[in-house]
Amino acid sequence: MSGVALDLALQAIPVGFVMLVVLNFGGLLTWVERKQSAVMQDRIGANRASIFGIRILGLLHPLADAIKMLTKEDFMPARADRTLFQVAPFVSVFFALVAFASIPFGDRLHILGRTIELQAVTLNVGILYVLGMLSLGVYGLMMAGWASASNYALLGGQRAAALMISAEIAIGASIIGVVMVYGSLNMQEIARGQGLPLLPGIFGQWIPAWGILTQPVAFVLFLTAGIAATKRIPFDTPEGESEIIGYFVEYSGMKFGMFAMADFVETVVIAGMTTALFLGGWQVPYLQTTGFVFPWGGTLDLNHYVVVGMQVGAFLLKVVVMIWFLMLIRWTLPRFRYDQAMRLGWLALFPLSILNIVVTGLVILAIGG
Amino acid sequence: MPATYSPRGPVMDPRHSNRLSVLQRFYVVEVLVGLRLTAQHFFGNLWRHALHSLGVKGAPGSVTIQYPDERRPYSPRLRSLHRLVRREDGSPRCVACMMCETVCPAHCIYIVASEHPNPEIEKVPERFDIDLGKCVFCGYCVEACPEDAIRMDTGILEFSSFSRGGMIYTKETLLALEAAGPNGVPTSPVPIPADRQV
Repeated sequence: MSGVALDLALQAIPVGFVMLVVLNFGGLLTWVERKQSAVMQDRIGANRASIFGIRILGLLHPLADAIKMLTKEDFMPARADRTLFQVAPFVSVFFALVAFASIPFGDRLHILGRTIELQAVTLNVGILYVLGMLSLGVYGLMMAGWASASNYALLGGQRAAALMISAEIAIGASIIGVVMVYGSLNMQEIARGQGLPLLPGIFGQWIPAWGILTQPVAFVLFLTAGIAATKRIPFDTPEGESEIIGYFVEYSGMKFGMFAMADFVETVVIAGMTTALFLGGWQVPYLQTTGFVFPWGGTLDLNHYVVVGMQVGAFLLKVVVMIWFLMLIRWTLPRFRYDQAMRLGWLALFPLSILNIVVTGLVILAIGG
Repeated sequence: MPATYSPRGPVMDPRHSNRLSVLQRFYVVEVLVGLRLTAQHFFGNLWRHALHSLGVKGAPGSVTIQYPDERRPYSPRLRSLHRLVRREDGSPRCVACMMCETVCPAHCIYIVASEHPNPEIEKVPERFDIDLGKCVFCGYCVEACPEDAIRMDTGILEFSSFSRGGMIYTKETLLALEAAGPNGVPTSPVPIPADRQV
């Protein structure tokens, strides 16, 4: 195999992995949502879909959903803008899917004499890329709202845009603190920085400098704004199923399914971003590139592939836990009214994240400067 | 003495006031309290589901009754689908006295009487139709019957049809039904109306 072909084949590993993870998680989240809400509410949840009597805990329901959506009539309102109406769900789901690309899921992998970074796209401005993709996703919703020729859809699209702006600003401002602490916009560098010890002068090597410890306020702000960015309850004012149905009111079949899937994929992206920025990314406590280096002096050397496997496993585990937590919030809290959501975004999250930047700067000056 | 108007109104218990305290307006604490409650339910139920799947009998992880497979126990007083009680030779115990047809407030019973071959028995119904589309399940027919020939104890509640005609249950159908078992579980299969394709 020639050099270029090998490079391409090796680079296909992280790309394929990210694609597999995001698509499968996005599809499985319909099952997770049903089952987790059921268990939280003392129910059983959907468990009737079966193939030859095999039910496997209702895992076949996403499949049944997909078949149902694909075989339903693809309805379009008579006065809808044909092109925009057709394109909108694809725009929405596309930007949700590509947003995960610059989130690192492991350290460098040395294989066949090559070194590959375990992230689909190595970008120096990875955070901005994810933010940009999440923001672009709202264009799909606005297109859907505008092209549907329905007042309710238009209202939903407008609300989605307003909510996205207020959420995006809070997300961006809360991330600045993280960027200041780790000194990079590259998510891989931020994940590496979280493996360093926190305040070695005081705690020694005991506590890794995870973002949730260095930036606890930013963590809460980012999580809140991130839930708003996923447009799910408690911030589902664009949908508002009990009042306006929302931007997808005129959609049916798989196009509606793509909007629903975009929400789930955005949940995965927010979970991945929270993991990469605040929960140490792929870091396992005390695991260095050669193996475990314990703070009490012991070491445990491990094979390179075992180390990388543990890192990827740790990342996936953290993402799963974060998804569980986001689902827990979604099934616990009622919906914010539109004005409440706006007030929360502009009068609470945004000023607090600005304050967080100032305080972070002062603390960095006091400690490191 | 007329009720006096109090301008201030009664002092409200702050727990039931719709004015939020500072801590509540801060959201985060209250949200965590709510998350704790739901997470407790989640992990408690997950643990019970896990035990249940391992074969441990105990508190189930859900309150769901999976209806077609399992039924909640019915009251013994439940008035369900009618049945005609049989004599030992299989013929109906009914003597076609028309009492039930007369008392029925919904006029849903239709009887055609004929002679019984046994001279000891007065008559026998040639036709005994109940239109369940009209029946109000008052149970008056059971009360009125002098022969205890009609009962509403089958436990069957599932009757539906795609046509009005399909709601008319005939003598043969009603004679084939049995009384419900303990807990009100039906012992005879749900009769399928003549016009329903299954």
